[in-house]
Parts: sequence; C-alpha cells; structure tokens
Amino acid sequence: MIEFHLDARSGVAPYLQIIQQVRRALRLGTLTVGDQLPTVKDVVAALAINPNTVLKAYRELEYEGLAAAKPGVGTFVTATLNDGSLAYGPLRRDLERWLAKARQAGLDDESIEALYRDTFRSASKEKAI
Amino acid sequence: MTILETRALGKRYRHRWALTGCTLSIPAGHVVGLVGPNGAGKTTLLNLATGLLAPTAGTIEVLGEPPASGPAQLARVGFVAQDPPTYAGLSVADHLRLGAHLNPTWDAALARDRIDRIGLDLVQRAGKLSGGQRAQLALTLAICKQPELLILDEPIASLDPLARREFLQGLMEFTASHQASVIMSSHLMADLERVCDYLIVLVGSQVRMAGEVEDLLGTHRLLTGPRRDPCTYPADWHVLTASHTDRQTTLLVRTDSDIHDPAWAVDEVGLEDLVLAYMSQSSKAEPGPAPREEVQR
Repeated sequence: MIEFHLDARSGVAPYLQIIQQVRRALRLGTLTVGDQLPTVKDVVAALAINPNTVLKAYRELEYEGLAAAKPGVGTFVTATLNDGSLAYGPLRRDLERWLAKARQAGLDDESIEALYRDTFRSASKEKAI
Repeated sequence: MTILETRALGKRYRHRWALTGCTLSIPAGHVVGLVGPNGAGKTTLLNLATGLLAPTAGTIEVLGEPPASGPAQLARVGFVAQDPPTYAGLSVADHLRLGAHLNPTWDAALARDRIDRIGLDLVQRAGKLSGGQRAQLALTLAICKQPELLILDEPIASLDPLARREFLQGLMEFTASHQASVIMSSHLMADLERVCDYLIVLVGSQVRMAGEVEDLLGTHRLLTGPRRDPCTYPADWHVLTASHTDRQTTLLVRTDSDIHDPAWAVDEVGLEDLVLAYMSQSSKAEPGPAPREEVQR
C-alpha cells in the first residue's frame, strides 16, 4: 500500500498529482500488479480533499489500463510500468551530453529549463494533433 | 436530485435586501463552497436553506423539499452554525446523549469512534474545550445524525491550521463514506480549493458566479499581449478584469472557445484569483455567467 501526498502550491491539479504518484510507484516497483490502491475514504481522510478528486484519478488510471476497480472491495493495480527501465540509462546519458552542450552554449539553469519545457510542450502538442 | 434549488430567492430585513434574485440548481454529490465578502448574504442563504429563515421572495427547495418542512426533511439535513454551537455547561457525553435523543437516525458507534479518535474526554464540559475541539464536537453531532446534506457556516474560520486540517479530514471522510453532500461558507480559499468541487460567489446580496470548479477553471484564462482596442476582442469573451500599460494589455477572460490568436500569451487562472476577480467586480460591471446557464446541462 502506498500513501499519497499533495503539494498545494505546485500548480498541478490534485487528481494529476495522485496519478503521477501512482505511476511513479509503478515505475519504481513500489506498486505492482495485484496491489490495492488506498481506498477513497482513506485518501480523503488523510489529505482532506474532495472524494471526487480521488475517484477521478482512479478512473483515469483505469482508463490507462493501470488499475481496475472491484466494486465494494477497492481499486487494484493491473499493470506495471517497470519494464521501460532498461532504456533509462542510455537516455540519461544522451540528456547529460545535451545538458553539457547547453551549458557550453552559455545557457544558465533557468534558460535550460525553459527550453526543455517549451520543447516538451510543443512536442506533446504535435503528438496530440 | 438536487441538494439546493432556488428560484429568484430573496430575503429582506426591514429595508435592506440581504439576498436577491438568487437562482441556483446544485446536483447532489458535490462539496459546495460559498464565498463572498462579509455581509454579502452567505449566512442568510444558509439560514434560508436550513429553514431558520423564511424567504421574502422566490422559492427554495433542499433535497427536493421545502426546508424544515417536517421531521423527515430535518433528519436529512445537518447544520453547523457559525461559532461552533455547543452547550458550555454540558459535558461531551451529554452532547452525545442529546444527539442520540434528538435524532432518529443517530449512529452511536460512529459517535464513540469519532470522539475516541479526536481524543475528547467524555466528562469534559464543552466550555472547557479548545476551539478546535468544540468545532470537532459540533461536527460529530452533525454527522452522526447521518444527514444526506451537511450545511456548515464558516466552520473553520477561527481554528488554527492543524485543527482546520483535522476538521476537514473528518468532513471529507464522512462525505466519502456516506456519499453525502456539503455546502460550506468560508473565507479560506486554500482550504476550499482542496475540498470543494462546486463554487458559489456571493457579492452584494447577489450570486456573481456559480458552477463546478473544473468548468470554472476550464473556461477562464489570463491573457497577456500587446495593447489592443477592446472592440477587437472576440464576441464570446466576457472580460472580467482588464489592465493596460502603454504597451501591454492583461485580461481575465471567460470564454468557452480556445484562444488561437498567437499574440496572446495564455495562462490558466487559479481558483483564488478567479474568485477575487469576481468579488472585486463592481455591481455595475458586466455580471458573471448567469447561474442558470452555468448549472443547467
């Protein structure tokens, strides 16, 4: 079982924060197939958030095929995100090389972050279209 | 089913209208936040919903019935008034006995469990409790009658941050386990943002905005761009606030369509900024979305 936490200042919608935390746990192997997610009642009692926020996050996870609800019992993990981990090493090295290049070109941390975020956003947009 | 259905609801005290033209239709299953400046009519609306006040104009139904229309209707609604209402001379145990005798649907096990978890001493008099404990005791009385709708008038205004969080944890746990709805007034936007999925903004005795939080956030945008003549704005924009420098224009806009014009930098608006924009609008300005069009689907 995992526990959720909420960063009210992050600007990320609470239901997305819950999804991100489940996905992270699936990636790290903290959660695996068959594990139960915290019940809605437990989550709202711990975080003092609207129950619909948790329901929305769990519905989204179901839609992504990562979890399934068993009526009257709870929501359970049905897939893992752990297998992609082999690709991480080479990708990280690429990124490190790119970061070194950006620094050489005279970019400071803020510019690097802005450039990454901007590129990420426009690439995601293109993908969506 | 709706938890609150009002039509042109109004309440006048002698010469002053505390609430006018209030038309709302709120489906069940929501946690509704009621916000607005002091004296805007929040308590009046809540007192009309509980049947403590009778309307001067219009109609109101709570859970499909007129408020306080009989014992059955009263049993379906829980109410915690401002300044958590407890009896200073009575002990915690007395309060629970009172709750059990006055409410046909009292859940004694839940009451014991809650008192236990909050850590209240049964023999302690309510007058000796801290503000947070008194609020928790009042909430316990309200939820152990197992209402379908819980109405709270500024329940957490006077509490410290920890007591506030604990109060809201108990409240949300109850709504989740009993599928109950909540209407609560508060000034604390950060707390409302966590718990509410529906918002009503009352200003100057009138509803300025009402709707599901998700829709409200999805239809309001903050735009920054080169200075422009207002008459060039698209027709479907409702401009809530506009500020200009000699070069730049900043707008808070309500619109149902996407903004494609690349000259505008488009940002999302936080709930607090949105509420403040509606609250600071003068009554002469263009009114916000009509509550009916916002809630009817």
